[in-house]
Order: sequence, then C-alpha cells, then structure tokens
Amino acid sequence: MLSRVANSLYWMSRYIERAENIARIVDVNLQLLLDLRNLDEERLAKHWLPIVQTTGDEENFFKLHKKATAQNVTEFLVFQLENPNSLVSSICQARENARMVRDQITIELWEELNRLYWFVRTPTARQVWKESPSEFFQQVKASSLHIIGLTYATLIHNEGWRFAQVGKFIERADKTSRILDLRYQTLPEKGVPQSVSETDALEWSAILRSCSAWDAYKTIHGAEVSPRLVAEFLLLNEDFPRSVRFCVGELNDALRKISGVAEGKFSNDAEKLAGRLVAELQFSTIDEIFDAGLHGYLDALQGKLNDIGGALFNAYIFQNFNNLEDEIMVQQEEQQQQTARH
Amino acid sequence: MATKTKSLLRAQMLRSYAPENFFDEMVAADGTVRPHYARFRDLLQSLTPQEFALKRQSVDLAFMRQGVTFNVYGDSAGTEKIFPFDLLPRIIPAKEWEFLERGLTQRITALNLFLHDLYHEQKILKDGIIPPFYVLSGKHFRREFVNFNVPKDIYIHVCGTDLIRDDQGNYLVLEDNGRCPSGVSYVLENRRAMKRTFPDMFERIGVRPVEHYSQELLKMLKHIAPAGVSDPTVALLTPGAYNSAYFEHTYLARQMGIEIVEGRDLVVRDARVFMRTTKGLQPVHVIYRRLDDDFLDPTVFRRDSMLGVPGLVHAYRAGNVSLANSIGTGIADDKVMYHFVPKMIKYYLDQEPIIPNVATYLANEESDKKYILANLEKLVVKAANESGGYGMLIGPKATKAEIKEFRKKVEAEPRNYIAQPTISLSRHPTHVEDGLFEGRHIDLRPYIISGEKTVIVPGGLTRVALRKGSLVVNSSQGGGSKDTWVLYGDE
Repeated sequence: MLSRVANSLYWMSRYIERAENIARIVDVNLQLLLDLRNLDEERLAKHWLPIVQTTGDEENFFKLHKKATAQNVTEFLVFQLENPNSLVSSICQARENARMVRDQITIELWEELNRLYWFVRTPTARQVWKESPSEFFQQVKASSLHIIGLTYATLIHNEGWRFAQVGKFIERADKTSRILDLRYQTLPEKGVPQSVSETDALEWSAILRSCSAWDAYKTIHGAEVSPRLVAEFLLLNEDFPRSVRFCVGELNDALRKISGVAEGKFSNDAEKLAGRLVAELQFSTIDEIFDAGLHGYLDALQGKLNDIGGALFNAYIFQNFNNLEDEIMVQQEEQQQQTARH
Repeated sequence: MATKTKSLLRAQMLRSYAPENFFDEMVAADGTVRPHYARFRDLLQSLTPQEFALKRQSVDLAFMRQGVTFNVYGDSAGTEKIFPFDLLPRIIPAKEWEFLERGLTQRITALNLFLHDLYHEQKILKDGIIPPFYVLSGKHFRREFVNFNVPKDIYIHVCGTDLIRDDQGNYLVLEDNGRCPSGVSYVLENRRAMKRTFPDMFERIGVRPVEHYSQELLKMLKHIAPAGVSDPTVALLTPGAYNSAYFEHTYLARQMGIEIVEGRDLVVRDARVFMRTTKGLQPVHVIYRRLDDDFLDPTVFRRDSMLGVPGLVHAYRAGNVSLANSIGTGIADDKVMYHFVPKMIKYYLDQEPIIPNVATYLANEESDKKYILANLEKLVVKAANESGGYGMLIGPKATKAEIKEFRKKVEAEPRNYIAQPTISLSRHPTHVEDGLFEGRHIDLRPYIISGEKTVIVPGGLTRVALRKGSLVVNSSQGGGSKDTWVLYGDE
C-alpha cells in the first residue's frame, strides 16, 4: 500500500472521530447549562474555558475571541474554519483525505462522508443549528457513526483499513482522556477525591455523557456518580469501547496486524510504545493514578499517544522521503556516474 | 411509414421548439423529428414537465452526493462544481457512427505515423510536405527524443478528438487532443445517471454500451509494458487532489483497479521507478500520466515542478518504464500541425481524409495573414498551443477592443496563431428552465485508445454551450454535457 494512502486513511478516520467527539462535547455541555441556571459570567467562563483547553487550542482561541462565552466557544469549536480542529474543519479534512484515496474506499462510505460535508458546508447547517443545536449535533453524530460503521462494514479489512483503525483509536483514546480531564480544577491535585457537590455530580455525569458512556456506566455502577468511578471506567475499563484501555488495546492489535509481529515482541517503535502502554493500563489501579495526580497522569498519557502516532509515521509513512532538491541531486549524481561508465 | 418518421413534434415540452437557421440534431428544418430520435421523443412525450423536473433534480443531487465534480481554479469558497448535465441525450445512428469510427481510426493512425516519423527519419519534412520551420518552432516538439523508440511505436495512446457539425450537418474535426485529454469519466458517469433516470429506455431504444472503456484502457496500458515484464504494475500519475480533473483520475484508477500516485509517491533508483509503500519500495512498469510533459521530471523539464518525479525521464529513456501518452505528442496538438493532418493522411496512408478539417489559415503564411487581418471580425482566431477555450477570438462576437488586441498578437507572433471561418455549430434541444427547451450548440469528443488495435467506445462526451448563442462548450466557460447514445440501428 502506498505510504501516502495509508496516511490519508489514517487521517480520514481520525478526523471523523474528532468531529464526532466535538459534537458530543459541545452538545452535552450546552444541555448541562440548562441544569445549571443562575450562573454568573465568571462561573460561565469557568464552565466553557476548560472545554477549549481540552482540545489543546486555547492559544488559537484567544487569538480569535476575547472571552470564553457559550457563543464564542461553540462558534470556535463547531463552525470556525480558522480553527483547524473545529467540527466543520475536521469534516473538511476527513473528506479531503477521503478524496485523495477515493479509489481505496467504498462508494457507500464516500457518499455518506460527502453528504455530511455538504450538510455542514451549506447554509442549511447554520439554520438547523440556530433552530436547535441539539438537532444539528444529532445529525452530525448520526452521520459520523454511520461513517464509522460503513468503514467497518464495507471496507475490506486489509492493511489500509488497519491504518484507519489506528487513526480512529488514537483519536478516541486521546479525546476520552481529554474529556475526563475537563473538571480537573475541582479535584485535589493528588489523592482520591471524597464527597462531591450536587453541581459537581452533574458535571461528572456530563463527562460520561460526553463520552457516550452514561448507559454503559450505569449498568456497572448504577446511578452513583463519583469522580473515582468515572475515571476508572473511562480509563481502565476493559470492555467499554471508548475507554482508553480498550482503545489502546485495539490500536496495539491493529499495529501488530499491519506488521505481522506477535504480541510480546516488536519490530518498530510504534509497536514498542503501544505494547508498553497496553501493559501499563492493564496493570494500573485508579487509586494509584489518583495518588500520583489524575491531571498529570492524563497529560503524560496524551504525550504517549502522540509518541505512538509519531513512531507510526516514522515506521511507515516518512521512510526515505527526500525533499525535492535532495532528490534532484541524487538523480544527477546517478546519471553522471552512468554517463562516466559508458 | 412516412407519417411515422415525419410525425410532427407534439411533445408537450417541445411544443414551441424551433430549429431556426441551424442544423439541429433532433429536429429537421421542416419541423419533423429525425428518425433516430423518434423513439426517444415518444418516451419524452409521456413525461409531464413535473416528472421531468424531478428527474433533473435527482440527477443533480446524485452527482453532488457522489462528488462527480470538477475543481474551479481561483475560487476558494466553492472550489467544486458539478459539471452541468442536460438530460436530453445526443443520439447518433449506427451508420453515422460507423463513418465516424472509420474517420477517427484513419486520423489517429496517421497521427501516430507522423509522430514516429517526426522523431525518427523526418521524411515528411524532407519531402517538403510540412515546412520544417513549423515543427522546429513548435512549443511542444521535444527534440531530445529524436531517435528514441517508444514501446510498440505508439505515441498517442489516448486521444480525445473534438468533432463538430456545420450548418449542413457535415462532421468536421475541430482539434486533436493528444496529450492528456480529460472528460471520459463524464461519459461513464453520465451514462450511469441516464440509466438510473430512464431505466427502461436503453433496451427499448437500443443504445450501445460504453462501460468497457476502463477495461480497454487497462488492456492498452498492459500492452505497452516494457519488454520482458509479463505482469506489469500500472499506475495513474495525477497532479493531485487540487487538479480540475482529479475526480476523473480517481475514477479511472478505481475502475481499472490500479494505484493512483502523485509525484511524491514515486522515486527513481538505478533508472527504475518505484512507489513508496508501507512495505518499502515497489516497482512500477507503466504509468498512465495525467500530467503534461513540462511537469513530468524537474531534472529535465520545468525545474520548479513539484508535481513530477526526478529521474522519471531517465528511467523512461532506459526503457524501464512506459508512459502513456508518450513524451512529445504535444507537437501534434499544435493548431498549426492540425492544418497539415489531411496532408499526413495522404502522405502516410495514401487516402483522402474521411472526416475533413475545418479550413485553416496560418498567420505565418503571408497571403493567409493578409486575409486573416482583413477579416478578423468574421473569423475565429486561435493561439496555436492553448486549450480549454482560452486564447481564442470569436470575431463575430468580439468587441472592437478584443479585435484590436488580437490584431496586435497576430502581427507580433504569426507562428502562434491560426484562423478558421466561424462555423455555425449544430444545435441540440437542451433544457433551459421550467420545462422549456431551446437549441444550444454542441460538439462531440470521442475517446480513441491506441493499443494492440484502435478502440473507440461508441459515443463520447457531448459538450453543450449552455449560454444562449454561445459557441464555447468548455466546462471552464459555461459548458455542460449530455449523454451520447450510439444506436445499434439507424432508427
């Protein structure tokens, strides 16, 4: 498979996952505001700013906006094309990547992605959004999940598909960890948090809902919402498909199927780092994580996911990519040597 | 019988349609429908304007949904447009197609012989049939490839020849596109759209299929593989996702099941071409390149080209990779060379041209130049090496300032200009608005594949100038397209 194609499939599915995550985060938080009335401006900023921070785009946000109001934050996260990670930007990028590998994906997948693209690119989208943000997010989520499903159900599960899987799970693990980090300012720096206020409980259930984890969580823990249980569920649960442990496990599997290297061994840094992270998540407890500090742990985790992504590129994508000038030099030398031999 | 074929045009939607003073493909001067359109007319008649409007909308939506679009340069907001599609097909009866097929085959045979001659003995120049000056001054003549042997001696593997009909209905060749002609994906997509929209018509009317184009193309590409390679790897080289024909590139690659590569995916080592894959470098043997000569290899042609592959030409010269089309075919696209094609046919094949050229004046010939300058307002003046409807003056439609501008250009660079009489292109009923049809000018671009033998899929791209009165059919200039139906029979 062409390296460039692998790269595009990886990003196509990463951006779709990103768009879907943004839709959930913004949707849940807009709804949460309905439960938290009488908030003054300062409290509101405290509510919205962390959401920008989770995306890692705080600097860019303040270049474009003065204050973290609901309107500014949603505009920034959803529509603003100047934000390369906004929902609409992500969909544009997903489609751009799909376009570059149009011959590798199925018509079903392409048409749905194309439809979603045109939906968010036309004035209709703003109209739907104005009338009911929730309806807008519903459409984006439904379409994104449709695309994720089509990727699974219509693409041949070959090497290229595995690159798409890797992209999806890296993004999902990253986003889950960032959503979990949303309320870190209300937590003690180290140690397991004890009792939580009613407002806090609402916000922690919002975190679950932002990860589509509410129903899954309830089946295990009932209605009791505590930061400790939420963090354990989203980080370490073995079976929930959005937990970090689950995602890293899947990502590790996909990497191994790409190279054919068995569990317990590795042939490149991506496999080494992914294998190590799987083990770490398998053999950690949530109390240990809280003792060391959740925020610091999540920060480091995101760094590790980035490293896996970087290593993947070095292993498969950027191998011997010369820049144009160097390549011209190589050719001239080669041709001169041949001429000399004649 | 006479009443059947001469039945008057009663279709509700076509009621007020008049051919006026043009050659109309569907309706004869006396208002009767031509026999090969009779069955289609009957089917159209059974539709209400509302039903027709619904079909139109669903086709447009489908094109948008599938991303059957072309990129518009210099338009950052909506960089993609659908190529406007008109639901009324252009229909060609069997005997007319048989004639066109013979004419096009004759022409491509002569052009390939010409290019071979030009890049070898140059007999046609030595025998004084074509003045050598015109070749040597040709912008796309690649003298570095003289005495280079291309695989199987084929130069133009894919040719898109533009045909028009004059006011008497005579077919004429307007130009030969022997570099990287585009548009064939629309032939295939238009057909798919028509089949979805009018599923029952095809069998009833007896339309010949076009779907095998991709197989024929792949067969040709494998045929030209370097000697000794029994199972060649074929790739399509695209300039990238921002090229206006990118949709077509991915479409064809997908249909043929070959890799679509950009310049940066390829690398040359030891005069062999490889693709960069996740499993390392893998050899490529045949490249269907959709990139002009100038951009192919920055070590040989334009050094600033980021689209090409350093060393590709070296590998090509070494015979380790084949290119379709060959390097250097652009000289045959030169509109000055076009003038000489009938002479080439006579010279190489000892035949009269089956499909004639449009009369052409060469500004570089003193007497022709005088005539051109004296008649600018009547003539179409074209730059010898432009395409896409650019660099062209349509005298009867031009302003005084435009005529003045072209006078200067012709005087300054006579080698680079030719002129032709303004041909009143044939017209075809075309939907304009709300169930109303008017005549619009059309042309036809069939796609000719030269491999082991010459293959022309029956039909081609019928382009239509959607603006009232316009003679320019190019997509960049407000053109649209129609499906082209070649019939099994004559009615």
